[in-house]
Amino acid sequence: MTQFLSLLLNGISLGALYALIALGFVIIFKSSEVVSFTHGSLLLLGAYSIARLSDAIGFLPAVVVGILITALAAFVIERLIINRLRGAAVISLAIVTIGVDIIILTELIRRIGSDILNVPHPWGGESFRIGSVGLSQNRLIAFIVAALLIALFFVAFKYSNWGIAMRASAEDGETAALMGIRQGRVSALAWVVAGVLAAVAALFLVGSPTPGVSPTAYAVALRAFPAAILGGLDSTGGALVGGLLIGIAEAMAAGYQDQLLFLGRGFSAVVPFIVMIAVLMFRPSGLFGTKELTRV
Amino acid sequence: MSESTAVATPGASRSGVTPSRPARDRRALLKPVLLVAFLVVLLALPLYVEEFWLRTGFAAFGAIVGAIGLNLLVGNSGQLSLAHAFFLAVGAVSYVYVSGEPGGLGVAELGGLGLPPIVGMVVGVLLAGLAGLLFSPLAARLRGIYLGVASLALVFIGIHVLNSWTEVTGGFNGRAAPDFSLFGFTFANSNPDLFVLGVPFREAERLWYLGLALALAAYLFARNLLKGRPGRALQTQRDSEVAASVMGVNVQGYKARIFLVSSMYAGLAGVMYALSIGSIAPESFGLELSILYLAMIVLGGLGSVNGAVLGAIFVSALPLVFQRYADLIPFVGRGEGLAAGEAARFLFGAAIVLVILFEPAGLAGIARRISGRFGRRPGGRLTQRPPDTPSRSTEPTPSDPPAQGSTT
Repeated sequence: MTQFLSLLLNGISLGALYALIALGFVIIFKSSEVVSFTHGSLLLLGAYSIARLSDAIGFLPAVVVGILITALAAFVIERLIINRLRGAAVISLAIVTIGVDIIILTELIRRIGSDILNVPHPWGGESFRIGSVGLSQNRLIAFIVAALLIALFFVAFKYSNWGIAMRASAEDGETAALMGIRQGRVSALAWVVAGVLAAVAALFLVGSPTPGVSPTAYAVALRAFPAAILGGLDSTGGALVGGLLIGIAEAMAAGYQDQLLFLGRGFSAVVPFIVMIAVLMFRPSGLFGTKELTRV
Repeated sequence: MSESTAVATPGASRSGVTPSRPARDRRALLKPVLLVAFLVVLLALPLYVEEFWLRTGFAAFGAIVGAIGLNLLVGNSGQLSLAHAFFLAVGAVSYVYVSGEPGGLGVAELGGLGLPPIVGMVVGVLLAGLAGLLFSPLAARLRGIYLGVASLALVFIGIHVLNSWTEVTGGFNGRAAPDFSLFGFTFANSNPDLFVLGVPFREAERLWYLGLALALAAYLFARNLLKGRPGRALQTQRDSEVAASVMGVNVQGYKARIFLVSSMYAGLAGVMYALSIGSIAPESFGLELSILYLAMIVLGGLGSVNGAVLGAIFVSALPLVFQRYADLIPFVGRGEGLAAGEAARFLFGAAIVLVILFEPAGLAGIARRISGRFGRRPGGRLTQRPPDTPSRSTEPTPSDPPAQGSTT
């Protein structure tokens, strides 16, 4: 039972981070119809800049600058490439982001090499205990920050001008444009927000219990893809549910690895994808995604 | 995208004027002559060219088969798939297991059926097709982009299986691929020893011909498929599913069948990949391979078989050529510069972005434009317009700046 509770806690905190990344996917998709495959490299970019800068300028300034760098990168991608392709097919938009991803990722991997960069979190690697149930402090803080950010995001999404503009243009782009909503600006801001969310997630993902920044952080962002998809690519609430579901499933599979050994070692990394396939079998547009209707 | 059939290709519209009769006759004659000459050059190449180029050529032939298959799926049927690496892996592993000899490799105990390699190849293709068929019900239900992400799952599951199922795949370290042979003729360095016009025909030379034959067959099959009824059905279905089903096209059926065909192509490409490398290892079949294949068909031009061929040659040969001539290319090489693989990856990434931004028809589009300069016979072909050409001229752009005060 203790193990179960502890795994559940771990899963929820991991899921909160997945939810942050998945929210980024979703708002980018809603505002610019792009499925962003650049997210993995943006995440790695955030982690890399934080790790490299914190030696020089201290931890907190490094976090701020790292987040800014990631947001700027996302902004530049949107302005230089995505914005020029407005109205192109969803497939070619996705492919173009793969192209960008190859470039950023190659450069980052070249810089990181075979090192594992360390991010000096001031909260260190200790864990936090209630009775016999433990959770690493890093993950606890991650959960709190993620919950705050997500709450802030939902409030902004509901009440701020940007949120309203974005929901309007996601609902019906043409009408929103006629109402005077600048879609270019909405989509640029969405990319910036997604960049910030990815960088924050990166900050915690490279802390304990993971060893540090290495190219494997890239694979983590790929596991947030299932989170976004199974919630429904155009549903922000779905990203939240999807993230938690994936996080818990992965943590459970990792925790009960010994019982699952017949499925092979390292099975937990595959679990998010299996969950996604299982959900898509029954609900092809995710749990909360809008079903596509065709009118003849 | 419903207007896409109405919009003519740039090449076709430019050559709308019918050239005079003798000119057309001459050109009709010229084309087969050129094709035959090209084939003769390809056939004679092993007599003159050194081994490196022949090996690169065989790798390119394998890539051509795989790229044609992926292009049928993504370019012609509009289903984005990142699972191509998975189907390649199925083909490669089946070949190695079916034709490989059982035996121990270090700690691992390897199984193998030891059947003739041609059986292994056929089984590889069939099993890859079967895997595609099993996945296709899911694929047919998913909207384009959902499929793209769902297919990611296959790649990761595939890698996991490759790493864990040691008896078949050799596990983490992989295992060697048996040499190919056909009716007692081995595609290896000896057995039988062979000299043609005084040139020793060793593994590279023999594989060259095998690759040429397979790639040619794959090319012709795809061309015929697209020229006929299925090709038209696929393209109608890609441009508008509703319109296609109203016209009597069995949309789900075609989607499933093209998935089957595409994954069989991938299976064959996987077998050829195993032959070209000489062994298989899990890490070769990761997401990166899928992305490389996607790069091939995007650079070549989505929806065009010739484009897939050009893209495949470009993407598969470039890193090898970089590696060989690293010293001659600035910024690439040992020490300070980029490694050859990195340089190639930068180039692919930039090329993908530039192609989608500026030339959505890819290399095939550029080639068509060049040959369009010399005047082509007009019309009479399928529209080869890729699914992603942004139709800016016909669609109002929602990004137009609003006239008055915006709410943002």
